[in-house]
Amino acid sequence: MSVAVELRHISKRFPGVIANKDVSMSVETGTVHALVGENGAGKSTVMKILYGMQRPDSGEILVNGTTVHFKNPNDAIEASIGMVHQHFMLADNFTVLENVILGSEPQHGITIDFAAARTKVVEMAAQYGLEIDPDVLVEELGVGQRQRVEILKVLYRGARILIFDEPTAVLVPQEVDDLFNALKGLRAQGMAIIFISHKLDEVLRVADDVTVIRAGSTVAEVKSKDVTARQLAELMVGSELPQPSTHGDTRRPEITLALKDVSIPTKSGSRDLISHVTFNLHAGEVVGIAGVEGNGQAELVEAIMGLRDYTGVIEFSAANINDLSVAHRRDLGIGLIPEDRQRQAMMMESPLWENRILGHQRGKPVMNGFVLDMKTIMTDTKSIMEEFDVRAPGPQTLAAALSGGNQQKFIVGREMSKAPSLLVASHPTRGVDVGAQGAIWEELRRAREKGMAIVLISADLEELIGMSDRLLVMLRGVVTAELDPAKTTPEQLGSAMTGAS
Amino acid sequence: MKTKAVKFLRYATILVFVLAIIRQITGASDLTSVGTASAALLLSVPIVLAGLGGLFSERSGVVNIGLEGMMVMGAWAGGMIGTKHGPWLGLLAAIVFGAVGALVHAIATITFGVDHVVSGVAINIIAMGLVRYLSTLLYKAGTWQGPSQSPDVNSIGTNSLPVLSGGNYFGWKSPDLLASLAEKHWFFISDLAAILRGITGDLSYVTVLAIAMVPLSLFVLWKTAFGLRLRSAGEAPIAAESLGVNVYAMKYAGVLISGGLAGLGGGFLAIVAANHYQENQVAGRGYIGLAALLFGNYRPGGIMMGAGLFGFADALQLRDSASVHALILLIVVVLAALVVRDIRKGKIVKAALTFAFAGLSLWYFMAVKELPGQLVTMTPYIATLLIMSLASQRLRMPAADGIPYRRGGLR
Amino acid sequence: MKKLKLSTVALAIAGPLAAAVVSITISSLAVLASHKSPIDAYKTMWDFGTTSGSLMQMLNTATPYYIAALAIAITFRAGLFNIGVEGQLRLGAIFGAYLGAKFILPPVLHIIAIMVIAMTIGGLWAAIAGYLKVKRGVSEVISTIMLNSLAGGLSSYLLANYFVDRTTNSNNMSTKTLPASGQFPDLMPLLNKFGVEDQPGGGVYGMLVFAIALGFVFWFVINRTRFGFELRASGSNPIAARFSGVNSKRMVFVAMALSGAVAGLAGLPAVLGETHAFNMGFRTGIGFSAIAVALLGRNNPLGMGISALLFGFLEVSSRSLELIDIAPETYVIMQGSILLSSVIAYEVVRRYKITLQSKELAKAVAE
Repeated sequence: MSVAVELRHISKRFPGVIANKDVSMSVETGTVHALVGENGAGKSTVMKILYGMQRPDSGEILVNGTTVHFKNPNDAIEASIGMVHQHFMLADNFTVLENVILGSEPQHGITIDFAAARTKVVEMAAQYGLEIDPDVLVEELGVGQRQRVEILKVLYRGARILIFDEPTAVLVPQEVDDLFNALKGLRAQGMAIIFISHKLDEVLRVADDVTVIRAGSTVAEVKSKDVTARQLAELMVGSELPQPSTHGDTRRPEITLALKDVSIPTKSGSRDLISHVTFNLHAGEVVGIAGVEGNGQAELVEAIMGLRDYTGVIEFSAANINDLSVAHRRDLGIGLIPEDRQRQAMMMESPLWENRILGHQRGKPVMNGFVLDMKTIMTDTKSIMEEFDVRAPGPQTLAAALSGGNQQKFIVGREMSKAPSLLVASHPTRGVDVGAQGAIWEELRRAREKGMAIVLISADLEELIGMSDRLLVMLRGVVTAELDPAKTTPEQLGSAMTGAS
Repeated sequence: MKTKAVKFLRYATILVFVLAIIRQITGASDLTSVGTASAALLLSVPIVLAGLGGLFSERSGVVNIGLEGMMVMGAWAGGMIGTKHGPWLGLLAAIVFGAVGALVHAIATITFGVDHVVSGVAINIIAMGLVRYLSTLLYKAGTWQGPSQSPDVNSIGTNSLPVLSGGNYFGWKSPDLLASLAEKHWFFISDLAAILRGITGDLSYVTVLAIAMVPLSLFVLWKTAFGLRLRSAGEAPIAAESLGVNVYAMKYAGVLISGGLAGLGGGFLAIVAANHYQENQVAGRGYIGLAALLFGNYRPGGIMMGAGLFGFADALQLRDSASVHALILLIVVVLAALVVRDIRKGKIVKAALTFAFAGLSLWYFMAVKELPGQLVTMTPYIATLLIMSLASQRLRMPAADGIPYRRGGLR
Repeated sequence: MKKLKLSTVALAIAGPLAAAVVSITISSLAVLASHKSPIDAYKTMWDFGTTSGSLMQMLNTATPYYIAALAIAITFRAGLFNIGVEGQLRLGAIFGAYLGAKFILPPVLHIIAIMVIAMTIGGLWAAIAGYLKVKRGVSEVISTIMLNSLAGGLSSYLLANYFVDRTTNSNNMSTKTLPASGQFPDLMPLLNKFGVEDQPGGGVYGMLVFAIALGFVFWFVINRTRFGFELRASGSNPIAARFSGVNSKRMVFVAMALSGAVAGLAGLPAVLGETHAFNMGFRTGIGFSAIAVALLGRNNPLGMGISALLFGFLEVSSRSLELIDIAPETYVIMQGSILLSSVIAYEVVRRYKITLQSKELAKAVAE
C-alpha cells in the first residue's frame, strides 16, 4: 500500500486565532482514515487547506509522494482530491446533472454536451451504487439523496482521494448504513478516504486509521482496532466527556402546554405539514421530539410560538392561546431557542446589549414603559455574560465577533433570564464545543427542577434520550410513537424515526 | 416548450379578441392600429433590453437597480457619438458607456460588497448628474445647440417581411398583404392583421437585432458552460467556488453584460426610437425593465411578454389619449374575469372588493369622455404597478440574488 | 478595551477621509477636463460659499434635504428603501398649500394643520407601496419609483385643473397664497438681533429649527424606544425579529407610511417659508438628493445633518463657478463621487471593524 496524502507540520493562523498548529497525518490508499476532534478543534481548517480553500502558513502537503501547493480548489481537484461537504454545496434550483457537471462541463461545440454528461453520470452512479435520477431538481431530493449527488460530483471529477466532512451529521442510522456500505465499496476500488467526525462509535465502525486532533494540533494517530471509543474520547477532549442526563422525576401535576389536534394544512392542499398532533406537557417535564429533519419539527415549534397558522387548539397553563400573537405568547412566559441561531435569534451586526433585548422588548427589565432602560440593559447583559460564561470583552461587542458556542450560550442565557415556564429548545447544543454543551445541559436540568417545562428538539439522539422524560417520534408530520427514554437505545429510536419498526 | 408556445398563442389571441371588442364598442380605432402595434414594438425594445440586462446581472446574483443609470449613459453616448460618427458607432458607444456604468456597480458590489440596491441607486443619481454635466460642457463648447439635447443622428435602415408586410427588395416592390387586410375593417381579422403588420413591417435592423437577443440570452444562459457557471454564481456561489468556478469573474461578466444591454437600450431610445438624445429620455424605463424581469420570473420569454405589455401601454399614451380611455374598459374586463375566478374559488370578500373596483372603473370610463394629458402620460407607470400587483408573485428568484459574496464565504 | 475605542475612533475618521480624497481627485479631474485649474475652482467656491448670503441659501437648501433624508432613513433602518420621497413630498406640499389656503386658524395651529395634511397625504401615498409589498409582494423599490412618476403627473394635473388660483393672472400657475397665519416666520428678524445683516433675496426658513428638532425626535424614537428597536430589528434581521415577536408585515406597512408622512413635510420649508403657495417652480429632485444625503450620513441624524449641509454648500457655492467659466453642474460630479466613494469606504470599514473585533475578542479570551 502506498501513501496517498501526507500532511507534514501544517500550521495556520487566522487574525488572533491559531486554527492549526503542527498538524501531521498520513493517509494510505485503499483505507478509510478518520480525523476526529471536538467542535472547534480545527478539523475543518485542516480539510480546507488540503482542499485548496485556504493556504497553510507553514508545513507541507504531499499527494502521492510529491509536494503540492494548492492555490484554490481547482488545483486540489487537478490532484484528484475531492470533498463531500457537511453543508451540502448544491444549487437547489439546478438539476442533479447540472450540479454534477458544473465547473467541468463536457463540451459539444459551444454548447454543453448534456447527452454525454447524462450517460457518464448514470453509468458512474450504477458502478458505485449511488443510483439517482439525473434530471430531477435537487430541491426535490431528501438528505440522503443529496449526499449521493455530492459524492457523484466528486467522483465525476476523477477524485481518488475523498474527504468526507461530518457526513453522518444529517443522516438517520439507516442512511448511515447505506453511506458506510458505499464507503467500503469506494475503499475496495483503491480510493483513499478521509472521514471527519466527532461520533466515535461510527469512526470505529468504518475507519482503518484514526488521527486525533485537539486545540489545533494532532495528539495521536492510531489503528482503530487498537482503541476503544472511551480512549478516543479522552484523547479528543483531554478529559472526560459530559453526559446528557437528568435525575429523578420532577414532573408536577399542572399542565403547562397542551396541544389538541394541531394540524398545519398546506395551501396547495397536499399532505399536512403536521397532522393532528396531540400531547400534554407538565411543569418540570422535558418532552423530546425525535425525527429526521424536515418531518414537521420546525413547523411544530412555529405553531407553538404562533409563527404559523394552524388548526386545533394550543393551551398554555390551561388557557387557549390560539388567538395570541408571537409577542403575547412570549409575554406569557414562553421562551424559545430556535434551531438556526444566526438566522432566527441574533442580529449579527449589532452589539450584544441589543441582542439582549431581542425577544424581550416588551417589558421589564429592559424596558421602562416604551423607552429602553439603558442602564439595566447594560448591567443585565453583563450578568448574563458572566453567569453563562459568554467569552467576549463586553456588551458592546458585536454578536458576529463571537464564536458559535458563545453565541449559543448567550441565547440560552437570554431566554433563561426571564425564567419562562415553557422553553422550546431546538437543537440547543448544535455546533457548540463540549464545554458549552455540558453547561447548557446543566442549565436545562436546573430549570427543569425548578418546574420549567421543556420541548426539546434535537438531531443528537443521545441528547434526546438523556435529557427527555418522554419521547415523541415524528414522521411526515405525524406523531407515530411515544417512547420511554429509559428503555430506548439510539438504534431503536433511529428505526422509529424512519418508520422502519 | 411546445405547450408553453401554445399557451402563449392562446392568451395572445384572447387578448387581441378582447381588444377588438373594446375597439368596436369605444370606437378607439388606434387600440389595434398598425401604428400602435409598431410603436408598441418600438417602445418594447428598450424595455426588453433593460430586462435582459437585469436577467444577466441577477442570474449572476447581483441586483441591478442601476439599469436606469446605465440606460441614461447609453442614451447620452448614443446621441453624442451618433451625431459625430453615425448611428452604428453611436450604438456601439451606448453599449460601452452602459458597460462602464456597470463596471462601477460591479466594483462597488462585487469587490467591495456594498449593498446592491444602494450602489444601484447611487449609480442612477451619478449617471444623471454626469450626463447633465457632460451635456453642459458640450453646449458650452458650442457642439450642441442646448444643454439638454444632442443634434440629430442619421437614421438606421429598415426592413419588412416580404409578401406579407411590404418593402422593397432589389427593386421588387413586395405586396403588403397584412396592411390591405387591416384596412378591410373586418372584426378581429383586421385587428389581428394590423397588429401583425405593425410588428413585422418597417422594422429597424436594430429592432430585429434586439429581439434576437431574447433567444440568444436563453441559449447562452441555459445551453452553454458559461451560462451554467454564471447562473451557479447566483444560485449557490459557495458551491460554485468549491467546484473551481470563478464566482467573481462570473458576477463581473453578468453585470458587464447587463450594462452593455442596458446601454444598448438607452442608445436605441436616442437613435432608433427618436433621432437625438434628450434629457429624461429614459424616464424610468430601466426600472420598468426590472419590472418586466420580475413579471417574466427571471426568464427571457417572460421578459419579452412583460416588455410587450409595458410597450403597448406606452405606445397608446404616446399616440392617442382616446385609446388610453378605452384601456380603462380593458381593466374592467380583466377585473370582471378576476371576480369570476374569485367567486369560483369561494373568496367572496375579495370578489366583492374587486367587483366594487371594477364598478368604479366602469363609472369613471362612462363619466369621463377624454382623459387629460397629464394623466395619460402616467399610463405606463400605472400599467407597471397594476401588472406587478396582479401578476402572480410566486417568483423564483436566484437563491443568492442580492447577497454580497465574499470568497471563502466570509462576511 | 481602551485600545479598541481608540481604533474605533480612527476607523470612524478613516472612512470619510478616504472618501474625501477620492472624490476630490475625481472632481479635480472633471475640472481639469474643461482645461481649468481645480485650485481656482475650489477657491472661488469657498470664497463665494462662505459669504453670509450663500450660507443662508445653503441652510435653505439643506433643510428640505434633511427632512427628506430622515424620511428615507426610517425605511433604511427597517430594511426597506423608500425611493418615493420625491413624489410623497410633492403631493404633501401641493395638498398642504391648497387645503391650507382654504381655512384660517390661529397662527401656530394653522401651521400644524397644514403639516398634518401634508403628513397624511405623504403617508397615504407611501402606504400604497407598503400595502403592495405586504399584500402582493411587490418590491417597494419598484413601486415607489412608479409612484414618483404618478405623483409628478397627478400634481401637475391637479394644479392645472383644480388647485390653480384663477384670481391672479400669472404665467406661473400657483395655488392661492396662504394666509399670514399659515406662513412659517423667517429666522431673519432673529438673526438681525445677533448682528447678521439682511442679504438681497436672503432669509432663512423658520422650518430649519423644526428640522433640527425632528432630527432629535428621530434619534430618540429610533434608538431609545421599543418601536424604534423593533424597527431596527426588522431591518437588521427580519427573521429574528419575527421570532422575537415583531409583526413583520405590520412593521413594513408602518415604516413605509411613517416615512411617507415625514417625507410629506419635506416640501413645506419652501411652501410655508418662501413661496407661501405651491407653484410650477416647485423644486424637483429633493427626494433624490436626499437619498444621497441619507446614504452619506449613514442614516444617523447628525451624519445626515452634516451631509445635508455639505450638499447645500456644494450646490450654492458652485454657482460661482460660472464666473470663471466652469460649468456649475460640476457640483453633481462632486456629490456623486462623494456618495459613491463613501458607501464603498463605509463597507470596507464595516468589514474591517468585524475583523478587528474578532481579533480583540480572541485576545481577550486568550488572556
